Parts: sequence; structure tokens; C-alpha cells
Amino acid sequence: MAIREDQNRFKSIIKGKVRDDFKKYVTNGELIGKREDEFVKIPMPRIDIPSFRYGPKQDEQGVGQGDGEADEGQGQPGEGQGKAGENAGEHMIEVEISMDELAEILGEKLELPRIEPKGSKNIMAEKNRYSGMAPVGPEGLRKFKQTYKKALTRYISSGTYNPSEPVIVPIRRDFQYRSVKKTQQPQTKAVVIYMMDVSGSMGDEQKEIVRLESFWINTWLKKHYKGLETRFIIHDAAAKEVDEATFFKTSESGGTLISSAYKLCQQIIQADYPTSEWNIYPFHFSDGDNWSGEDTRTCLNLLKEFFLPKVNVFSYGQVESKYGSGQFLKDLQKEFNADDRLTLSQIEGRDKILDSIKDFLGKGK
Amino acid sequence: MANLTLELEAERKKICQIAKNCGLDGFETVFELINYDQISQIASYGGFPVRYPHWKFGMEYEQLSKSYEYGLSKIYEMVINTDPCYAYLMEGNSMMDQKLVMAHVYGHCDFFKNNVWFSKTNRKMMDEMANHAIRIRRYIDHHGYEVVEKFIDTCLSLENLIDRHSILNGPQKFSDPAPKVKNDHYLFKVEKSYMRNYINPPAYIAEQELKQAELHQQKATFPSAPVRDVLSFMINYAPLEDWQQDILTIIRDESYYFAPQGMTKTLNEGWASYWHSHMMTRYILNDSEIIDFADHHSGTTFMQMGGYNPYKVGIEMFRDIEERWDKGRHGRDWDQCDDVRERKNWNKNTKQGRDKIFEIRKIYNDVTFIDEFLTEDFCVRNKMFIYKLNKETNRFEVNTRDFKAIKAQLLFQMTNFGQPIIKIENANFENRGELLLNHVHEGLDLQPNYMDATMRNLFKLWQRPVNMVTVMDNGLQLFRFDGSEYTKHSLNSEKLPEQGTQTEFPKI
Repeated sequence: MAIREDQNRFKSIIKGKVRDDFKKYVTNGELIGKREDEFVKIPMPRIDIPSFRYGPKQDEQGVGQGDGEADEGQGQPGEGQGKAGENAGEHMIEVEISMDELAEILGEKLELPRIEPKGSKNIMAEKNRYSGMAPVGPEGLRKFKQTYKKALTRYISSGTYNPSEPVIVPIRRDFQYRSVKKTQQPQTKAVVIYMMDVSGSMGDEQKEIVRLESFWINTWLKKHYKGLETRFIIHDAAAKEVDEATFFKTSESGGTLISSAYKLCQQIIQADYPTSEWNIYPFHFSDGDNWSGEDTRTCLNLLKEFFLPKVNVFSYGQVESKYGSGQFLKDLQKEFNADDRLTLSQIEGRDKILDSIKDFLGKGK
Repeated sequence: MANLTLELEAERKKICQIAKNCGLDGFETVFELINYDQISQIASYGGFPVRYPHWKFGMEYEQLSKSYEYGLSKIYEMVINTDPCYAYLMEGNSMMDQKLVMAHVYGHCDFFKNNVWFSKTNRKMMDEMANHAIRIRRYIDHHGYEVVEKFIDTCLSLENLIDRHSILNGPQKFSDPAPKVKNDHYLFKVEKSYMRNYINPPAYIAEQELKQAELHQQKATFPSAPVRDVLSFMINYAPLEDWQQDILTIIRDESYYFAPQGMTKTLNEGWASYWHSHMMTRYILNDSEIIDFADHHSGTTFMQMGGYNPYKVGIEMFRDIEERWDKGRHGRDWDQCDDVRERKNWNKNTKQGRDKIFEIRKIYNDVTFIDEFLTEDFCVRNKMFIYKLNKETNRFEVNTRDFKAIKAQLLFQMTNFGQPIIKIENANFENRGELLLNHVHEGLDLQPNYMDATMRNLFKLWQRPVNMVTVMDNGLQLFRFDGSEYTKHSLNSEKLPEQGTQTEFPKI
């Protein structure tokens, strides 16, 4: 149908608009609420062809029909039930964009490199594909073209082919069927482990920032790893594993022992994700106010001895809270200055989310 | 006949005959049975199966098909003004719905054929639209998709700038020559010096010099009278390439084709609703269908709180008029009668109602219809009111039930059929070939951001600065787009340029 052409054209115009206003979508949470499995629904104003038309005042007044008293007095709320269409003038439409396309736009905007899976050459998985050919098989998989060719070859080579009457009758041994062929494929299993500091000093705004960042990080990683797993850890002085909803909602109070989270994360990795098979991405978000220097040292040791050798990249994002920015980032910088297995990012506010995503994902690891 | 089922075809024949017996006289009507996806497509194309490629149809389609899939809306009926008339029925609708739609369609069809405002429309528009599509596709092949699309966007932005009142007179003829620019190259090329006086004789040179001097003096007002058909003016005078001119012509033709439907919305829907109701309840429905019909009918003619439903106002007014003319409730005696009881029992048994409504469907449009036949009694009986936004509570409230105010508001909404009146006042503004538009302010300002964008589009066609005089925020303003900058100049209390006289605007 011809309308498909117009529809596709319209969709591509819409995508162009999303691309143009991408930053706006990254920094407000609207998108995430509209997420479904494969698609994101993006609300945007209907794109109108401009024309000379009356301004919005026209909508403030009109003719209606029904019961109700005219409101003569001043200030008293009228009883009239007349009501015009809500949010007059601004017609919103919802457009669907697949997560894949969204990731592509993100990658394009931030110029993110493709992720190279760790040890991909070593981790192989066998996969069955119907790309082979066999002389036996179910009729449903018979390939007509190959069968015909085979029969034609036989006719020609045996000299029975008659060009003026090119009738080819295949016999049993001409038949060709699709068959399974085993192929080796690099294994791309990946897990993202999000850790978040939910101590008293992390406010709602900080959590919102973490939520937005993790959404975009997930979007990007999902594009590269089919079947991406995600785990969530929250911690204050003690750490526990939670589900996604709790992760973003919980607000605890109390002190901060970052090592508690790192220890739990270590346990999870040791239990479920053998490092030889999995690409592991731990992300830790905190305001950087660790309880003691002692605890910080424990963290650094854990990083040095366990995390950095085992994971693809360990990411730490320090979100600036109303109490300022903590010391932890500086400690990390001092200890692992040039180590590219650790990425650090300081997130001053919503506007910096894109930069921070770039910090995290810009290395292509 | 098209692909109707035997059952539907039998009903169609029946209803067609009933419509004829009622005095409805439409074109032959072809019904097509199509599924919802097809109906969404055709509806996005404005009722036609083939249109030129453009994303705006895709946007329409996206919305229509979504809102159908989500169960928010359903298109029951669609009919287009052609000869033969094409109408669409949706597969899977109940038999009662199909009969209702057919009865409704015969009403529309009669209206298309007989209403004078439709008399000049192209009844072979289906072919014409397909030809437009082919022409535009050819330009796309030549000049590229994006170039043509951009140009169509520009044209569509101006598509409402036509002269709706000229529909009956046919297209406006332009005889004004475009103002000539001073030209110093009037001497013919002379190769051999002895030929000079023969090729450019002194008399000729003198004549030309005089002409040029005159041109220089002349501060031509062009066009000689303000022009409302801006599109036509652009086609005639803007520096366009052939293909651009042709596309603009296409857009203008289609705009004129659809214009009468915008001018007769209330009348047309009212007429069709009146007749479907009349025919269904008297001749078509069987006992088991009456509840469904009532449900559906009231759904169509339901006036939402605060909304204006042309179906409702139209059908009620036709019924009101029929009753008034049946009982002789019109004319001088009726108007002067103040006795409530006498008015209530007024019945002169004139029985002219049916003739009157047929007359109305022939020569009226929405504006003249409301102006002449909306009565105070009618407003009271139908509980009409004006609503207004209460800024304090941010709620819409009933403002007044005063008849005069209601009528004024309705008519105002229909002024120029809902479109602002914009005229080309001068196409040689300041003697610099600039365009001067005048918005005839009727109490409502233009939407500023749209105006900005539209003027930029007009500039793309005219390729010289575009000026617009309008009232904005209670002051006379001149807006100007000169190709790079959009500026606003207050004209304070100065008068608009009168026709034929040149007013000096402050130098910019």
C-alpha cells in the first residue's frame, strides 16, 4: 500500500526529531516510564505544517450545549459544566522507537565506540543453523532450486537433455534438503551489576540521576549483548541485593560503608558469573562520602585484587549531592591513576548525564 | 457494482429506492466494502485511494490506525464528492450500522450534487488526484525526494490562502502586468558601426528613454486591487520554476476542491443526519434493530459538553425549520407576535417545511444558514450557551446564554470559515518588489510562532522580503521577514494602507 511509504517517511522524520532533541530526552525521565519490552514510546508534539491561523484565544471561548447556570458573580466558582477539549491546541502524538534504534542514536550522538567483548575469542558456543545441504530430510525443507540444478546436471551429463523439450524430472538422488550445520560463535554473555549508595546523604535527585544513567547504560549494553543480565545492590553501612523497582525507590539512612557493597558484589560474581565466560560490568554510584579511611582501604584492596583483573571494566560514578562531593573519587584517582580497567566519572547534575555516559562507555570495553 | 455481499447489495437497492422516493437526488453511488486498515488509509488520503506522496498522510494514518487499534475511534462512514459518488463501508460492522451508513451517504450524495457551493467542483476528482500523484512523482524522479517534499511543505503551509468567496465565479483572472524594472539594456547590439542608425534609430532611443524615465517615476501599486487568492497570485507572479509552479497549482486545485466541504460542514452533516434518521425510522429498520439504531444515532449527534457538533446543530435546525415552515411560524406576523400562548399554538398549516429544507440544501452554506435560521427559541430549547475560560480557576465555565451573543460567537467561528482573512495588499511595497500582506483583524490575533514560520515559507516562493500588517496585542504591527531576519515594527495609530493609495510606512 502506498500509505506505507508515507508512514515510513513520517517515522523517519520523527526519528530525526528525536535525534535532534536527544539531550532533552536523556535528562528527563519521561522516556523510562514509557518503556515496554522492545519499544519506548516517546511523546512529542504533532508536527504541524505552519499556516496563518488564529492564536490560542479562540479556544478560550466557544458555543456549547447543556445545563448549567451562567456565572454572573465574580470570584465564585461557576456551576457551569461547559468544558472545552483539554490542553487545547497542543496535540501530542506518541511515537514508538525500538530500543535498538535508541541505542543507535545514543551511540551516534556520543560517538561511542563499539564494545569489544572481553576474551571473545576464547569463549565459544555452538550454534545450530540451517545453512547446510543434505540428500535426505523432511519434504518441508526441500530446496527446489538446488534439486532442479542437480537434476539438470544429471540430464546434461548423461546426454538426455533435449533443449527443444526441456523437461526435467528429478529422481530420488537429485533431491536436496536444508540441513543443520553446527557453527562456532563467540559467546557474549554479560551481566551488569549496579551498586548504589542509599545512605542519608543521597537525595531523590541523586537517585533520579542514577536511574537515568543506568537506563541509558543498559540500553547501550543491551545492543551489544543479547540476554543482558542485571543485578542490583543497595548499600548504606550494610549491603543487600534487591530487585530493580526497590533499587530505585529505596531511601535508607545511616552511614556508608562502601566495602559492604563490594563484598556482596564479589560474592555474586563468584557464585553466579564465572569470569571466563561472562562479561562483567559493575557500576557503583555514590556521593563519595565513605565512613572511614579504613573502609576505603578495604575497597581499594578489593578492587586491586579481585575486581580489576576479573571484570571488563569497573565504573564508579560520583553524584554530587547537596552535601558536596566526597573523598572516594579522589582516593580512587590517586590509587589507580592510569588504570584503564577503572572508569571514573563525576556527575554534577542532570545536565552532565550525557557527558558521564560518555565517560563510562567511551572506552569501548 | 462493487464488491458488496448479496445481502448488502439487496439492502443498498432498497435504500437507494427509498432515498429516491424521499426526493433525494444524488449521483449514482458506488459502495466499497473494505477493512479497517484500508479505511484508515483512504481516510488519511482525504477519502481518495491515491494521493501524491507526502509524510502528512503518513502522520494521519499513524493516528487513525492507532486510535482504531486502541479502540478510541472508529470511522463508520466516508463518502467523496465525485460522479459517481464513492462511499466506503467497513467490513465487520453490523447490518444495522451498514444500513445507517448507506442512508447517511445518500443524504450526503444528494447534497454534493445539489448544493450550489459544490457546483463548480471537479466531479472527476478521483482521476485528477491520481494524475496529481503521477505528476508529483515525476518531479520527484527529476529533482529528488527531499527537494520536492520541502517544496510541498512550503506550498501546504499556504494552502488556506485561497479566496473561498470566489468558488462560484471560477478562478480569478490576473491582467495586471508585473511592474517593470528599469532596464538600461534596450539598445540592440550593433556589430557594424554604419548600421547603428538603422538598428537603433534615434526615434527609438528617444522613445525608450522616455519610457524608462516614466518607469522610474512610477510608484506602481500592484496588484491594482487587494488579492485574497494568494496561491493564484504566486502561481502567476512569483519567480518559480515550471515544476514548482505546477506543484503549487496542484495544491491550490486540491485546496479549492475541499473548500466547499469546509464551508458546509454543519449543513451537510445536518442534512445527511436528518435523512438517515427519517429513512431509517420510517422505512428501513426492523424491530430488532431499533435500540441499536437509537444508541448509534445518539452517539453521532451527541453534543459533548462544550463541544460543537455539526451533526447535532445541523439536524436540529433542519427539524426546527421544517416545523416552522409547516406551521407557518415565520414572517412578519410571527415575529411581531408577543403572546406566548398564541405562539405556542401557532399553526397555519402551511405545510411548506419539506420544500423549505430542500431549498436550503440547495443555496445555503453554514454562515448564511446560521445567520438566517438560528432563532432564539431554538437556542433556548437546545440549551445553548457560550463558555469561557475562567482564568482564576482555569476551568471552562458557562459565560452567557444570551441569544445574540451565541449567534455572534457561532458566526464569528465561521468567519471566512474559520480561517483568517489575509490579502495581498501590495506586491511592489516600497517600490522594491516586496510583498505586503494585510490580515483583516476580526478580533483574534494570529498565532505568532506559526505566522513567523509561514512568512518564511512565503519568502521561499516570493524570494523578496515579506511584510504582514496585523493587529497583535491590541496594537497595529508590521511583521517583516527579509530573508534572514524576522522583525516586528509597531505602527501605532497609523491607518492601514487604503486601497489604491500608497501609504508610506516608516523606513525600515
